[in-house]
This record gives sequence, structure tokens and C-alpha cells, in this order.
Amino acid sequence: MKKMIRLGWKPISLLVFLLLFWELYVKIMAVPEWLLPAPSAIFKELYGGFPQWYGHLLPTTFLAITGLVIGSVIGVVTAIILHLVPFVRQAFYPILIVSQNIPIIVLAPLLVIWFGFGMLPKVIVIVLVCFFPITIALLDGFKQTSPDLLHYMKMAGATKGQIFTKLEWPHALPSLFSGLKISATYSVMGAVISEWLGANKGLGVYMTLSSSSFRTDRVFVAIFIVVLLSLLFFACILMIEKKMIKWKGAGGKNNGKFGN
Amino acid sequence: MGNLEIRNIFKSFRNNQVLSGINFQVEEGEFVSILGPSGSGKSTLFNIIGGILVPDQGEIILDGRNIVGKRGSISYTPQTPALFPWRTVLDNVLLGQEILGLKEKEKALEMLEKAGLKGYENAYPDELSGGMKQRVSFIRSLLSPQTLICLDEPFSALDEFTRIQMQKWLQTIWLEHRRSVLFVTHNIEEALFLSDKIVILSNKPATVKKIFQIPFSRPRTEDFMLSEEFLSWKRQIYQEISESFLFVEPSM
Repeated sequence: MKKMIRLGWKPISLLVFLLLFWELYVKIMAVPEWLLPAPSAIFKELYGGFPQWYGHLLPTTFLAITGLVIGSVIGVVTAIILHLVPFVRQAFYPILIVSQNIPIIVLAPLLVIWFGFGMLPKVIVIVLVCFFPITIALLDGFKQTSPDLLHYMKMAGATKGQIFTKLEWPHALPSLFSGLKISATYSVMGAVISEWLGANKGLGVYMTLSSSSFRTDRVFVAIFIVVLLSLLFFACILMIEKKMIKWKGAGGKNNGKFGN
Repeated sequence: MGNLEIRNIFKSFRNNQVLSGINFQVEEGEFVSILGPSGSGKSTLFNIIGGILVPDQGEIILDGRNIVGKRGSISYTPQTPALFPWRTVLDNVLLGQEILGLKEKEKALEMLEKAGLKGYENAYPDELSGGMKQRVSFIRSLLSPQTLICLDEPFSALDEFTRIQMQKWLQTIWLEHRRSVLFVTHNIEEALFLSDKIVILSNKPATVKKIFQIPFSRPRTEDFMLSEEFLSWKRQIYQEISESFLFVEPSM
């Protein structure tokens, strides 16, 4: 808790300062609400408009989680295959990079044409956004395997499978989590974008409805919820990481304590 | 068990001849050091014994079996401790066994205790000092079932005080287990203190220049390292080495 206060007071005071500035600017310049609502108006709508946006929250969360899980599995499997089969890596790696340069916003309507307005095209959008950071991070992790440890494994007679499960995989876990953190935040964004294509419910729908009726305060409410949701996903990944990678930073505090 | 025979090993990389007819033997329960400065082909020789490299010519016989190109025939302590940071000390020392499908937890705990590492079984390598890491690394190879242990300059990264401590420790442990050991070093005193036999390599392309049998009784002590006898042996070996290396102009 103390640590949180110590590290947190700087960004929080900056945030408070920016919000105050925004509030005062809107008030003094008398900016119309449909153009730029004051933070106080946004928070009022966030609180008072709860019945309006609450129904949109769960579908988006569910969509994002589904997409993230499927995207992660595909990302991990892709990375492992690319790593273990050099021929596949040489063939696919450049194409993989190029594929990421296709704007998702262009691809999305195509997916609707092919797969309709159901859940499938939306999940595909999120998967496409999510798997890439994971694949790249994991591949990097595999590549950076310590040559000393690899040499030991070879001298000790480890098979290719043992080298992978006992060395390369655990070694790449921290990298995997870096990728997962990026993907987790992308997944919420992906879900919102996919909902713009056509859906009955969801934060993306709430956002388009609000902006087309010039309820700018509600657009900001949607932004606020999206940010909060992304942070929540991020925090979850962070927690899982802490549970799974206990050895990281085991030194730090104790370094030299056990010296002989 | 633990009888190693290096027979006429040749190895070159492209046009660069590194090893040119290496011959020597490690008898059962013997401590043999290979002495030579860095870049004399010691690592190449180790990689060949370990089965990572295949020689152009020659045989490596371990307990009557040709082990050329066969990985995992020897137990290995690398130059850096090469401990796995996500494994606890206990899981680290068991790794060599694990790779070969064994797991003797009790024995591992007992050895850790004897090595003065009791209480650290569940610590991560990050929490240990350099000397402790190197001890863990050596126990890992002691626990591995292979009959021969190869150590590749294991103490070269340690400071002088820790190194002397570690040499004494290694001697004690070795006297207790009497495994065959092949030890690579560039430190003359270290080789003299620990070995039954010292193999001196010549400059590149490396051949065996001379083999010294070291007659001193064990256990050897620190005082012994200052004795007249020890120093005269040191002089002899130093001369042998300087003939092959030291007259070469430094390239720096």
C-alpha cells in the first residue's frame, strides 16, 4: 500500500491537475456541452446514466474475453510451430508481419460480408488483433534463450523435446506475459471496433448511438469504461504473471544476503 | 568405471587446424587437468568429448565404448554456473538426472547439506553468491549418473579468495566420491593443487606437449601450496608452457 502511494502520487496529481484545468476551461469559455462536456458532467452521467450503459458492459466484456482467450491460444500455438519448424518460420514469418499492416477497420466490413452479423466475425476481429503481439513476444523469448544454458542442456544429452520443455518454454514465459499484457488491452479495443460493425448491444453500440445523437458526455463515459476495462484485464494478467513467475526478482532484495 | 581414452583426435574449422592428434587417458578415479591458456582448443576438445562436435579423425572411448558424437555420455560443469533461474537449488541439482529420467531427491538433499547449502534448497539461484552457484553447478554434475565429470574452468570467474576456498572444497568432495574428473584450467597452481595428472597442450594446432604425473599425497593443504616442492613443480610446468606459448608475440 505504501509503495502504491509512493509510486502513485505523481501520475495521480498530474491527472487531477489536468481534469481541473479541463473543468475550468469549459466553465470559463462556456463551451457547449455537445462539443466538450466538463469532467463533472461526464462523472454525473457515468453515475446517473448507469441503467443506460450497464446493459452494454457485459456483452463487450464477454466478447473481449472470448477473443482474447482464442487469440492467445492461437498466438502461442503459432509461435511454438514457427519456433520448432524452421521451414515454416522462414515461409510464414514475413507474411505474418505483412498481414499486420492490413488495417483492421478495412478488414472488419469484409468479415461481416463473409460471416454475417453474429458473434463469429467479431471474435475473428479480436483474435486477429490479439494473437500477433503474443506470437512475436514468444518467438523473441525463444530466440533469446541463454546460450550457456543451451550448451549445458546439449552436453547433458537433452533431447530436442527436453530442451523445449525444460529450457526454452520456461525461459520465454516472461516474454509471453509481455505479449499477453499488450493483447489484453487490445482485446477491449478490438471488441468495441467489432461492435461498430453491427450489434444490438455492447459498448461499441452505446458509443455510436451516443455520438450520433450528440450525447458527447456519454461518448466520454464509454471511453472511460473502455479504459477501465482494459486496465482491469491488464491487472488480471499481471496477477497471473506474479503467480507463475515467482523466481523473477527473487534476488533483488536478498542479493548478497546469502553471501559466503 | 570412468575410464576415458582420447585417441588421436584431429579437428579443424575450415582452414583453421585446432586440434592435431590429441592423445591421453583418464584412469578410473583419477583427477586429470588440461592446462593451457584460452584459445588453445580446450573448449573444442570438450565439445568433442561431450558429443556436440564430431572430430575429423580419432576416437573417444569411455568405459570401452566409443562415444564420438554421443551426447550425454559425460557429466558436465560449465565455466559459468549455468543454473536455471526459474528452478530452485534443489530442482537445479536434479536437472542432470531428470534429463536421463532419474530423480534421487534424498541423495540430492544429503549432498546439498554436505556442501554447506542446507537451508538453500528452495532458494532461487539469484539469491546465491558466485561461489555457492558454482557449488550447486558441481553438485548437479556429481548427481548425474555418468561415470566421468568434465569441468570447464569452473572457478575462473571467481575472486582469488573464493577460488582457493572452492579448490579445497572440490578436493574434499572429490576425495569422498572418487569420481573420474577431467578438469580444464589456465591456472597452474589450481592444476597442481588438485590433479593426479596434468596434460599440457601446445599452441594451436594443439597437441599434447607433455604429461606430468603429480606425486603429492592427499589431502593437500594450503600450506602445501607454499612449499618448496610445490614451487619447483610450478617452475617446471611454467617453463614447459612458456616454451609453447609465452614467446609468441602478444597480438594486442
